[in-house]
Order: sequence, then structure tokens, then C-alpha cells
Amino acid sequence: MNNSTLKKFFSDNVREISLILVIIVISIFVQLRSGGNFFTPENIADLFTETAILAILAVGMMMVIITAGIDLSIGAIMALAGMIGTTILKGNQEINPVLIILISIVIGTLCGMINGALVSKLRILPIIATLGMMNVFRGLTYLVSKGSWVLQNDMSRAFLNVATGKVFGINNLVVMALVVYVIGYIFLNFIRTGRKIYAVGNSEESAQVSGIKTERILWLVYTIMGAIAGFAGILYVCKFGAAQGETAVGYEMNVIAASVLGGVSIAGGTGRVQGVLLGALLLGLLNNAMPLINISAFWQEAIRGLIILLSVMSNSLIQRNVEMKALRRRNI
Amino acid sequence: MAKQVIQADGTRIIENERAFSWKRFMFQWEWMLVLMLIIVNIINISSSSNYANFDNIMNAMRDFLDKAIVVFPMALVIVLGEIDISVASIMALSSVTMGMAYQAGVPMGLAIVIGLLVGTLCGFINGIILVKFPELSSMIVTLATQIIFRGIASILLETGSVGGFPDWFNSFGWGKVGSIPIILIFTIIEALFFVYLHFTKFGRRTYAMGNSVMVSKFSGIKTNKIKLIIFTMAGLLAAVAAVFLASKMGSVRPDVAKGYELDIIAMVVLGGVASSGGKGKILGCILSILVIGFLRYGLGLVNVTSQVIMIIVGTLLIVAVAITNLKSSFGQAKWVKNLSNNIKGVKAQR
Repeated sequence: MNNSTLKKFFSDNVREISLILVIIVISIFVQLRSGGNFFTPENIADLFTETAILAILAVGMMMVIITAGIDLSIGAIMALAGMIGTTILKGNQEINPVLIILISIVIGTLCGMINGALVSKLRILPIIATLGMMNVFRGLTYLVSKGSWVLQNDMSRAFLNVATGKVFGINNLVVMALVVYVIGYIFLNFIRTGRKIYAVGNSEESAQVSGIKTERILWLVYTIMGAIAGFAGILYVCKFGAAQGETAVGYEMNVIAASVLGGVSIAGGTGRVQGVLLGALLLGLLNNAMPLINISAFWQEAIRGLIILLSVMSNSLIQRNVEMKALRRRNI
Repeated sequence: MAKQVIQADGTRIIENERAFSWKRFMFQWEWMLVLMLIIVNIINISSSSNYANFDNIMNAMRDFLDKAIVVFPMALVIVLGEIDISVASIMALSSVTMGMAYQAGVPMGLAIVIGLLVGTLCGFINGIILVKFPELSSMIVTLATQIIFRGIASILLETGSVGGFPDWFNSFGWGKVGSIPIILIFTIIEALFFVYLHFTKFGRRTYAMGNSVMVSKFSGIKTNKIKLIIFTMAGLLAAVAAVFLASKMGSVRPDVAKGYELDIIAMVVLGGVASSGGKGKILGCILSILVIGFLRYGLGLVNVTSQVIMIIVGTLLIVAVAITNLKSSFGQAKWVKNLSNNIKGVKAQR
């Protein structure tokens, strides 16, 4: 690899490289401050398990944001899917957990299809459509639950094992997240439909003119987001052992933050699966590390916000620098 | 309405016809809101016999005034084509600082001023970041500052709360400051915003920026200044709303006003402000505040649970926006048809 290809590699992957650097710096800092409590197998396993659900959701959100949209309703979809799934489980303890997860995915998919239809057919701006549907789904969750909770002892052993079980020594949630990422990576990079998502995000009009059925792509993206939210919702409920009306309130903001940290531009058209994975990991790392170095719970929120802001700002500074250099290199 | 005119030499120009037309006047979104308001009030009156007296209506209005105050600056932010998610956190932070200042022995009047200053500062921070980093979207910046502001509020007060404000301050939330009804203050605020957006050059420039920041900049508008002013104003009015909220509740906590930003955005959008920017009127916002406020209050009177109200408000928002969209796409179809007829006409002439 000669110098110019190295440079090109660097300028192509500024976001990923800077995220990895930030993650390394924070990890080393935490390792030193916590007296070696960070790089232990248990803690690392814990970190990945805690981040898995957020990371799964971030893939779906990335696709939505690539089309220059946004989905604010995912927290509510998670609550609704988790609530319906566990309510069914409460009635029949014998049901196979896989079936429960499938039911939740179907419910999430239906919710996503409604969002998608509103955005693609009725041409309602995504932020408004999903904001309205967020209220509707959240209200439906309360109606389904009738204000009560589904608790851990209402759930079957087999179901709870989904979140705590392990495959080859790796937590199930992490395995699921990895599968979602591999599928997402292949879908967005090597499948025609996945590439069309980028085309629609860059310019809907040009995509339409080049023969892409943009309405269908938009609808598909929101439906996928809904399916992923349903999946993540039942995992969330399973992991925390409780389903209630307030499940995952405001979780959408975390997911949006993870995708944006990962380099997905709100303006649409850009974003990569590997970046989003790193963004989700960074958020998960912050959640994991702050208790380790004895930062009080009251400080954690402000610090998390500050790091999101700083990394977004510093990234745009780096980007400006790279563009400036590229401009200077041109011979005019 | 833009009208195509074909001149004698064959060039086509677009003429703007500004004459008054009844059709255009009646096809305004505001009439839809007036209709909704009338329907909501008829349902309310018929479902509850106690509804239609003056005290009750004042009561209902006091219920939603804290959100309503922030609706106007948010409308300006959205006309600008931006969004501010951090307003609810600014409300929390400025009410917490106000409460803590009072607790520390500062007189209440001064504590209010401190709260307002903190809110203004928060809005200014949002604005300055957006001005210095124009490539960042306002959604991300205010998403981050939302977390930061509420985080600072919870650092300051942890899980505690501050209360025991003087009597005059508490009565302020129940409708009066001295002898001035709170509704009057609200009316003044809305009048100020009405004049600002519709009758000053700043207001016209705000619309211009909402349509295209780039074009506005090239036409000599100080886009950064306007953006900064509007975001700072959003912070200030969030603080005003926070004062009002604190006096209504009688105490402040860091988790106050959680999720208000989405309610506020919903009111703005129902008021006909397009979230793509450059469109919308203050009158529509006033009407939509009344529609949602009275709808909530009336449904509450007949014991509809808050969950069902959530569903109704969400559906209303979507239906309302869908109707405007259908209307505009209908208008567009007509325009395209006219245009293609014109082109056919030109071809026939040749």
C-alpha cells in the first residue's frame, strides 16, 4: 500500500477511524482510572450484552435516516410489540419463545407498514407521521396492558432464557445483533434493493427518473424499521423481565444518537453499517464505563450528551479539514 | 397563484397574480382549524353541562398555556426549516435554577430573572453551535443539548425538589399576576409573534430562509444573525413557560416537562406550519393550540382516559397533515394539467 492509497483509505474512513480512536482512548482512560476493572472478560461481555439491543435498532434507524427520514415511533413500537408478546405468553406459558418473538416481529412489521404508508403514499413528512403514530402506538400499549405490568414471574423460564442464554459462550443477544449486522451489511452493500435505498436518499427525484420505485423503497425501509423495532422490543422486555406502558420511552433518541455518531447524515444518502456499529458501541461504552469510574448517576446523563455533541462537532471539523486538503491538492 | 403567460415572441413567463380571490381565501388551513374548534366545542358543550361557563374555559386554558407559550418560538424555528428538541429540557433547567436560587435566599423576583437568563443562555448555546457548524442538522445538536440541559438540571437537584414559593408566585400560575389575568400576558406574547412574523422585515426574512438558506444568504440576508436570534428566543420563551409551569405545580424537579417538545411540535404542525420550512402562520398556531387544548380538556371532562386521548391526538395530527397534503397534491395535479395544455396549445400554433 503506497502513500496515496493510504491517504485515500484514511479520508474515506475518517468517521470510523476517529470513532475507533475515541473508543480506544476512553477504554484506556477507564482501565487506568478503575484500577483494571474494565478489561475483564465479564465486563467486556457485559458491555456487549448491554449494547446489543441498541445496536440492532441502530441498523434499522440507519436505513430510515439514509432515505432522509426519521422514525420517532420505535420506542412506542417496542413497547407495543413487547406488551402484546408477553401478554400472550402470560396466558399460555407453554408457548415456544421463538413463536412469541415471531409474533412481536409481525406486530412491529404491521406498525412499520402503517408508518411507511403514511410517509410514502400520503407524503406526510416522516417526523410528523412517526410523531403522530408514536402517540397512537403508545396509547394502544396502555390499552392492551390496561395500565398493569407483565412481570418476570408471568413469563416462562424458556422465554427468559432467550436473553440470558449463551451460544458458544457468547450471549444470545450479542449473537442476534451480529446476525442482524451481517445481514444488514450484505443487504446495504451487495443487494440491489439495498443500494436503491442510498439512491433514494441522495436524491429522490433522480432515483425516480432512473426507474427506481421510490415509494416502494420508502415503504420498505419503514417496514424493516418496524420489524426490527418489534424484534428489539420483545428482547428488551425479555432482558429487563418486565413489560409496561412506559417501556422504552425516549429510547428512539438513543438510537438516533447512535446512528448519527456512526456517521449517518440526517440530510440523507450517507451512512455505513460499520460506522453505526461503532456509534452504538461508543454509546454502550459510555453507559458501561461511567459507573466503573464512580461517576454519580446524576452526572452521567450530562456527560453522555456532552460527548455526543463534542464528537459530532469534532467530526465535522475533521471533515472540513479533509475537504480543505482535498481542495488544495487539486491543480487548478 | 403563479400563472403562465405566453408572450408574442413565444417566450413563456410566470406572472404572479396577487389579486384577492374568495376561493383562495376560503381554501386556507385556518378555516379547517376553526371548523375543528367549533366541532370540539359543540361536542364538549353537549357532553358536559358545566362546560360552557367562563371560569371553566379559563381553567381549560390555564391547563395548556405552559406549552402554548413555547409553540410560537417553535413555529418560528420550524418556519426556518430547523427544529428545536431541547425546549422541554430548557424548561426543566431554568425552572430548577430558579428554584435553587430562591432556596439559596435570592428574592423571588430576582430568582425569576435568573431562570429567564439561564433559559436565554441555553437557547443562545443552541443557536451559536448551529451558526458555527452550519453542516450539522439542528435535530442532532438540539438532541444532544436536550440531554445535556436535563443532565445539568439533575446534577443540580439530583432527585430532590424545591418548593415553598411565596404566595404571589403560586397564585401567578392560578391565573393572576397582581391583577393582570395570565391570559392577557399570553395574548400579548402571541400578538408580538404575530407582528414579528407577518409585519416586520425579520419575519419576511425568516420565511425566505425557510425556503432556501443559500439563496437568502446570497440576497444579503444575515442568515446567521436571524438563526441565532430565533433559537435564543426559543430558549427565552421556554424559560417563561418554565416560570409559569413552576408556579402552577408549586415545586420544581429535574424531570419536569419531560416529552413536552413533541406535544409542542405537534401543535405547531397542526397549525399548518410545514416542517420543511418556509410556510405557516401564527394564527394557525393559535387555533391549533385551542383545538388540542379544548379537545384534551373536554375528553378529560367526560372521563376519557389519557391513553385514548393520546391515540386521538396522534390520529388528528396525521389526518390533518394528510388532508393538507392531498389538497396540495390535488392543486399540483391541476397546475401540471394546465401546463401540459399550454404546451399542447403552443405546439398546435406552430
